[in-house]
Order: sequence, then structure tokens, then C-alpha cells
Amino acid sequence: MRRPGSVKEALWGYAFIAPTGLGIAIFYLWPVLQTAYFSLTEWGAFGGHTWTGIDNYRRLGSDPEVGRALVNTLSYTGLGLLSIPLAIGFAVLLNRKGMRFVGLYRTLFFLPVVTMPVAIAMVWRWLYNGDYGLINYLLSLIGIDGPNWVADPATALYALVVVGIWASVGYNLIIFLAGLQAIPKEYYEAAAIDGAGTWRQFFHVTLPLLSPTAFFVSVVSVIGSLQLFDLVYVMAGAGAGARANPAFPRLETVVQLFYDRAFVTNDRGYAAAIVMMLLLLIVVLTAIQFRFQKRWVHYA
Amino acid sequence: MRKNLPVHTILIASALAMVAPFIWQIITSLKSLSSATSVPPSLLPEGRWDNYSKVFQVLPFGHQFLNTVLMAGLRTIGQVLFCSMAAYAFARLRFPGRNVLFGILLSVLMVPPQLFIIPQYQIMSSLGWLNSLQALVVPGLFSAFGVFLMRQFFLGLPKELEEAAAIDGAGPVRIYWSIVLPLARPGLVALALLVLLWSWNDLFWPLVVNTDPDKMTLSAGLASLQGQFQTDYPVLMAGSLLASLPIIAIFTLLQRQFIQGIATTGTKG
Repeated sequence: MRRPGSVKEALWGYAFIAPTGLGIAIFYLWPVLQTAYFSLTEWGAFGGHTWTGIDNYRRLGSDPEVGRALVNTLSYTGLGLLSIPLAIGFAVLLNRKGMRFVGLYRTLFFLPVVTMPVAIAMVWRWLYNGDYGLINYLLSLIGIDGPNWVADPATALYALVVVGIWASVGYNLIIFLAGLQAIPKEYYEAAAIDGAGTWRQFFHVTLPLLSPTAFFVSVVSVIGSLQLFDLVYVMAGAGAGARANPAFPRLETVVQLFYDRAFVTNDRGYAAAIVMMLLLLIVVLTAIQFRFQKRWVHYA
Repeated sequence: MRKNLPVHTILIASALAMVAPFIWQIITSLKSLSSATSVPPSLLPEGRWDNYSKVFQVLPFGHQFLNTVLMAGLRTIGQVLFCSMAAYAFARLRFPGRNVLFGILLSVLMVPPQLFIIPQYQIMSSLGWLNSLQALVVPGLFSAFGVFLMRQFFLGLPKELEEAAAIDGAGPVRIYWSIVLPLARPGLVALALLVLLWSWNDLFWPLVVNTDPDKMTLSAGLASLQGQFQTDYPVLMAGSLLASLPIIAIFTLLQRQFIQGIATTGTKG
């Protein structure tokens, strides 16, 4: 038998974690502390920075662009949660007894999940094109004159939400399908014996037993949505050019604003404060979800 | 099939909505610019295969393809090796400070990646690594998520084989390499596929560190085309198809392993 806690074993333990440990310390742990420090500094044109205390945070509070980006990000995150009931619906349909072609459906729903977000954004920008887009053409067939979807402030955010849901529903579907398959058949048999029909079974067996999965998906989706960047970066018109888009004020997200301040205008101290705000937002929204889970999540 | 007909109707309509954008992408990629922008649009493709060769003229597509392959490939190899080593130590070896170190690792998992980026950029810049392959690869070799995923997987493996090997006098390196790794193959494949997917599709980091078109990845290269002078949509559609096709192909082939990876970890990047 191995001697418990031998010196040799301990040395091998450190040796095994050394590459990842050092890499994480240098590229992840130290940077978090540095970003927190940078958020209290102001950067000059040539990379030098001076301590300014909480000035950047004061600036956040009075910056209308930050307020706008926050509203956009939160709206996108909230509306994006519609992906969850949709995914549950599809998962339940695919999980029916004797269903055929489940693998094929799963593959088709899954396609957007693995496709490069930049490519997805380009395809949808083309579909949304006000003059030549397929969507407006189809709408014109039923007599509707469609807007310039992602260049119209009234529709831009919703157009983006649709793409976000389209791109994520397959991922959530896979997780819910796994959750459904973990529900013991006996529960349904017992419910059927008690005379419960399909709908009653769905609301009294499936939904409660799926609620831990739904909670997990909701936490992960919210964290992911709050970090939205790729899709909107391309759909808005990419980088500095995006500002020419009349709907830009409705499309700018917190991470997009961070990218702009950190790497376009080189206002890195302020950019650091913006991501610290993002961290706070994620922590608060996640904590709220954990706090309210007792109300609706049932652990078997 | 007949019994579930209404269900199939709903699913077929929805599945069509999922693939329609891809079909329209393919059709557009085979049209001339003038027919792509004609009103009403023609729903049929033409044989304009030269759009695909134009992709190589408007972008250093070959370079960017190679950069993407190298970035995704090296990150994957690095993470599978380094993460599995660390995970084996956390799952099976006893050493002082193990739980504290694992706790610190978990805390990294909860921080949004944007918090690392400015200092990581500074490191790359001070090493003179901007616009290089190292910049694309190096920070991505290490991952708290990978260690966590692999540790969960190792904890689920039976200990008996390892104990038998230890009795026969095998040391930790031998046990890790010739017993644990082969047993953990499904887990390693799941991690590899996830890292490959995230790296291939990643935009923010490549966009920031490599601004020279020859050093860009496909995602950043394609994004840079957007909004330039006049947008040639057929060429854009061809380019975005070429850029996403390899990863779509890999995942269609290895779907089972990938879906298992997601279903068991249930975690997104």
C-alpha cells in the first residue's frame, strides 16, 4: 500500500500541479488583482498610469453610455431567458416514447451551437438586411414593409435577442434532454395510475423534477448573456465602424464598451472599472438567483 | 411516426428554422453580387464558385486558417495534458495545501474572463509577443475549468487498478500515464472537444492581441471584413462558411462524445 501522505507523494503532487498552477497564477490570478488596481488609476497616452482613487467609479455613475450599455445588456439577458421554456418544450417533445429521428433533430438544433459566432452574426445580418434581406422579402409577400432590423433603434435589440435565442436553444435542449432522461419512469407510471393525463404529468412530475436543471441553465445563461460581445460586435457593424450604425445606442453592451475603452480609446483605467462593474453585476444577479431558488426549485 | 405526426410537424418546422439561415448562406455564397441584391431575390443558387476563391483575395485566408488551426490545436493539446496532470494530483495524491489550492482554482472559475484581459495584454506586449502565435496560444494553455472537469471525471474512476499498480511498485507518473489516462479517455476527449470549439470560435482575445491581418485568426479576420467599403455579401457568406465548416464537421462526426461532455459538465465557456 501507498504510505499515507509520504513526502515523495507530496512532491509528485506539487510537480503535477506546477504547470497549471504557475500558468493560472501568472495569467489569471495576478491579472484579477491587477485589474482591480488598474480600476483605481488613470492611463496616459503612452501607457503610464497614475493613482486616482475612486474617480473612475464616480465617472461610471454619471456616464450616460454606461447606463445605456447596462440597460441593453440587462434587457438582452432578460429576454434571452425565453430560450429556457423553448428548450424545455423541444426536449419534452424529443423525449416522447417511440420518437424517431431524435438524433437528426438534435443535430439540426445543435448546428448553431458549434458554428462560429462571427459567422452566425454575418449570416443574420444578411437575413436582416433592410433592402435585400430574406426576412423582409418574406414579410413583403404578406404585405408587410419590414424595417432595417439591426440598423433601426426600434428593432435592433429584439433582432439581436432572436439570434441569441436561436443560437443557444440547442445547447439548453441537450442539457434538458439529459435532465429528462434522469427522471425515473416510475413517477410517470404512478401518476398515470392516479389518473393524471399528459398535461397534469407535465406540470406535476416533469416540471418540478426538471427545476434543478432549469435553475442551473438559468444561472449559466444569465452569466453568459451578461458577457455578450461577439454577436453584437459583428451585427452592429464591427469595431469603430459600429458607431455609424444609427441603432448603435440600442446595441452597445457592457463588454463592447469595455473593448472600446480598453483597446480603441486606450482608456484602460476606466475600462478596468467597467469590468469590475460587470463582475459585481454577475455576482449580484447570481446571488439573487440562488436566494430565490427555494421558491421554485425542487430537489428530489 | 404516424402516432407522433403533430409532434413531428412542430419539430420539422422548428428544425427548418434552425437550418434555414445556413441554407440561405450557401445559396447566397453561390450568387453574383448583383443577383444577391436583386429584388425580389431569386431563391435558387447560381454556380458562382469564384466567390470562394475571392475569399482568398480579400483576406490572407490561408494564413488565418493556419493560425486558427495552430491556436486551437496547441491549446487543446496543452490543456488536455496540463489539466489532466493537475486534476490527477487533486483527485488522487495527498499533499499539504491541496484543498486550499483547489479552492483558489475554483475561485478563478467564477471570475468573468474579461477581468483577465487587460493585464494579459500587458504581459504579451511587454514580452514583445503581440502579433505572434505565442500570444494566441499561451494564456489558453491553462484552465481552471479543465482541471475541475477532469478532477470530477477522475473521482468517478474506480481506484482498484491504481491501488494494484501501486502495490506492484508503480510510482505516480506511471500510474497517471499508463492507467489513469487510458481509463479517462472519454473525459479527455470531451475536454479536448470543448477547448477546440471555444478556441476555434474565440473572437475577443485574438482580436485584441493580433491586429496584423497575416497574424489574425479566422474569426477576427472575418469580423474585420464587416463594414469595409462596400459589403460583398456573397463573398462574406462564402468566407464565413469556409471558416465555420471544419468545426461543424468535427462536431457532426463526434457528436456523441461532445454531447456527453456538455450533458455531464453542463458548463459553457
